[in-house]
Amino acid sequence: MAESQIQNYSINFGPQHPAAHGVLRLVLEMAGEVVARADPHIGLLHRGTEKLIEHKTYLQSTPYFDRLDYVGTMNQEHPFVLATERLLGIELPPRAKYIRTLMAELSRILNHLLNVGCFVMDVGGMTPLLYAFEEREKLMEYYERASGARLHTAYFRVGGVAADLPPDLLDDIGQWCETFIPVLDDMETIATENRIFKQRVVDIGIVSPDQALDWGFTGANLRASGIAWDLRKAQPYEVYDEMDFDIPVGSHGDCYDRYLMRILEMRESIKIMKQCLAKMPGGPVKVQDRKVSPPPRAEMKTSMEALIHHFKLCTEGFHVPAGEVYAATEAPKGEFSVYLISDGSGKPYRCKIRPPGFVSLQALDMMSKGHMLADVVANIGSVDIVFGEIDR
Amino acid sequence: MTQALKDLGDYIAAALPQDVLGTEVNRCGELTLQVRAAGVVKVLTYLRDDAGCLFKQLVDVCGVDWPSREQRFDVVYHLLSLKHNQRVRVKVATDEETPVPSVTGVFSSAGWFEREVWDMYGVLFSDHPDLRRILTDYGFEGHPLRKDFPLTGYVEVRYDDEQKRVVYEPVKLTQDFRSFDFLSPWEGPLPGDEKAGGNS
Repeated sequence: MAESQIQNYSINFGPQHPAAHGVLRLVLEMAGEVVARADPHIGLLHRGTEKLIEHKTYLQSTPYFDRLDYVGTMNQEHPFVLATERLLGIELPPRAKYIRTLMAELSRILNHLLNVGCFVMDVGGMTPLLYAFEEREKLMEYYERASGARLHTAYFRVGGVAADLPPDLLDDIGQWCETFIPVLDDMETIATENRIFKQRVVDIGIVSPDQALDWGFTGANLRASGIAWDLRKAQPYEVYDEMDFDIPVGSHGDCYDRYLMRILEMRESIKIMKQCLAKMPGGPVKVQDRKVSPPPRAEMKTSMEALIHHFKLCTEGFHVPAGEVYAATEAPKGEFSVYLISDGSGKPYRCKIRPPGFVSLQALDMMSKGHMLADVVANIGSVDIVFGEIDR
Repeated sequence: MTQALKDLGDYIAAALPQDVLGTEVNRCGELTLQVRAAGVVKVLTYLRDDAGCLFKQLVDVCGVDWPSREQRFDVVYHLLSLKHNQRVRVKVATDEETPVPSVTGVFSSAGWFEREVWDMYGVLFSDHPDLRRILTDYGFEGHPLRKDFPLTGYVEVRYDDEQKRVVYEPVKLTQDFRSFDFLSPWEGPLPGDEKAGGNS
């Protein structure tokens, strides 16, 4: 009998595929139904953000960060404004810090809701996504009430936030925090102990602690592998050092643990948000340094100096002392950081954006090797990638 | 914190005197090591494995372009030590032709980062297993983050209805990119006087 030989063949996955979470083109080399090599082709959403930022003032650069990870946008603005503030050497008023912490956690929930919902849908569960999007809709309404935009908020500014929160928004967020936990419980009822869901994700894409470090995993993906590391605890920024919250840590590093991390982190985020609301101080929401943050509109009607400041800030922008800084934040997807070099002018000389998804996606080949084709989809969903930030 | 970083910098510099050219703690409290290009693999391996460092994670690799310098590119590595909760920045200078040794053997995460630096700046990495372009288009020419690469690029694409495909054409701008000069007349050249300097 003739010996039949199976040759490897390659298939194209995406760039237009609902489970690709955006524009991922994946060239898969298959040995039968088993993945021999996964080669992600990225860059289909590359917009040259870093190049554009080099030609814009610091104020004009901020909105570009919303366009990176468009799922929880305020988290992206955060490292950039932190980096600029560190170079300028300014200290924020307490209310600005609390508002930023509150909104950063709100954004984290926005992000995790989308990821958990889409991940469960990728492996076959439709309903959690519908629950998640209902809550996301409410959160985006809060975004809109705070900043005027549902998605591209440009709310975090150098020196504080763009505007104070409207009076009843804090109460509404507080009420929402109470109603959200039951919804999360409902989502968990459908997915967490679901036999079919677990069959698809448990022991799939296992990443050992050493591998997680070697491949540069951060955030929930790193913690799922059993390493207790969170920048909010280890290198606290804003008011995270005053907050009481726990860091969920996984043990297996498989897709299921990564899913659980996100569910648990949402519960911790609610805790942080409640503490922010309880402790929210009064006072200004941006530094009262007219060389950095523009004066209020009313003042410009009467004060010539205020008018000049506004004009200078909105055309030339403030000058940042020469130097370099690396500012990292714990974004929902991991360590999102900005390496900023200033040459003393009104524009950044170099602004390197370090997206966590870029690193997670790089490890897809390592995670998927030897798994079935359908498990690649689970792996992509579980590491939480959004192409806006990967391609920049 | 700053003192601890200074000590760490001295400690590393003392251990690898040939490869570490200089250490500096800047005003934001960050340690920077200036490293000889040929010694980068050795330095990063040392930083990863030495008990006093244990920088187990390579968080970021990026390029910086300084066109006025002889060695115009910096390759900047950011490392993170979870054990000691510290960060360190390693800088390597190179030019357009001299390759930097790839650190993919030390940190797997360097693979795509180095591809990105190659794509964006044209810095070569020796011994990289797969040095392809990563973010730019298939068949792209040039290195877009270099300072001498124009913001608008050289080609634009559109869908051609007759040929039924996407075609590449040279960029046509209806208006030049506007770059304003904010220097006050007391600091810069006088308005209308721009040509005076050109004649001399």
